[in-house]
Amino acid sequence: MDNNRIDQIIDKHQGEASSLIQVLLEIQSEHHWLPKAALERVGEKLQVPLTRIQHIATFYKAFSLVPKGKHQVHICVGTACHVRGATRILDTVEEATGIKPGETDLDLKFSLETVNCLGCCALGPVMEVDGKTHGKMSPVKTAEVLKIYE
Amino acid sequence: MSEILLQIDGKEVKAGEGMTILEAAQGVGISIPTLCYHKNLEPYGGCRICTVEVESGGLTRLVAACLYPVEENLIVRTRSEKVDRIRKMILELLLAHAPDAAGLQDLVQEYGANKDRFEKEASFCIHCGLCVRYCTEIKKKNAIGFIDRGIRKEICFIPQIAAKECNDCKECFELCPTSYLQAVFVLTESLAFPSSKN
Repeated sequence: MDNNRIDQIIDKHQGEASSLIQVLLEIQSEHHWLPKAALERVGEKLQVPLTRIQHIATFYKAFSLVPKGKHQVHICVGTACHVRGATRILDTVEEATGIKPGETDLDLKFSLETVNCLGCCALGPVMEVDGKTHGKMSPVKTAEVLKIYE
Repeated sequence: MSEILLQIDGKEVKAGEGMTILEAAQGVGISIPTLCYHKNLEPYGGCRICTVEVESGGLTRLVAACLYPVEENLIVRTRSEKVDRIRKMILELLLAHAPDAAGLQDLVQEYGANKDRFEKEASFCIHCGLCVRYCTEIKKKNAIGFIDRGIRKEICFIPQIAAKECNDCKECFELCPTSYLQAVFVLTESLAFPSSKN
């Protein structure tokens, strides 16, 4: 991510230090993670010490300080999804992408996370890719959904 | 500044408006234990060891003395049975993290805390935030900060800043009640800027 783009995002928020989280969120959503250089740039422009940015960036789960894949895959392993076979869905995704929960593949295509409930238990087992919910999954359907994003 | 009259441990105490219970008590020689308090820093209220019992309007509550502003006719008890029990518990929880911390031993004696009550989970830091706040508020160098949250929260130096500023300062070292800060510094130094050592 180049400095011009970061400056644009900062300017959008009038360079206010109170918009720090918004700025970080925007960088995160465009770039999928927060590189060190970007954090330093933000700190310099908003006049916020790096310790503070570091504290915030490690506090919220929405931020990542390591590269993330282009597509975020969330597998629900909450109680309802679990009894409806979430483990099999998770296994299928792990096999198709070659990564375990919390990891990102080498081509930066997918990042895999498990979540404890997505709030739509009637659709279980649920898988969410880039915020889009895919319900009533089966291992076959899971593989098909992943193919769309490849 | 108007004067406020309150009672601390049965003693009539005069205090100025905006003072905290802790400041009022210290003014008349009543000692309240503190860990995260530092007179030159903003009150933090992180350790809760300064918990006292306050009574106003017939209600009794537990508050942190380092944060709570004095009120007219407030009755404060700094050593009730309940307060002592709470302080003992806080100490025992801290001891699970830093069993032999020098800064805790006097309090351990005083309140009879048992360091083996809880399973040890040595992280050595008790999150008083003295080093972080001292660096930010007084030195304004921001060389050290907190990272992560909850049970994974820890202190962390920014290596580039630490390499430039810390060798000539190290004023935070003597504030640390557990010596964990020094350990983190040595680790950061040896990983990030070993050449600066004479």
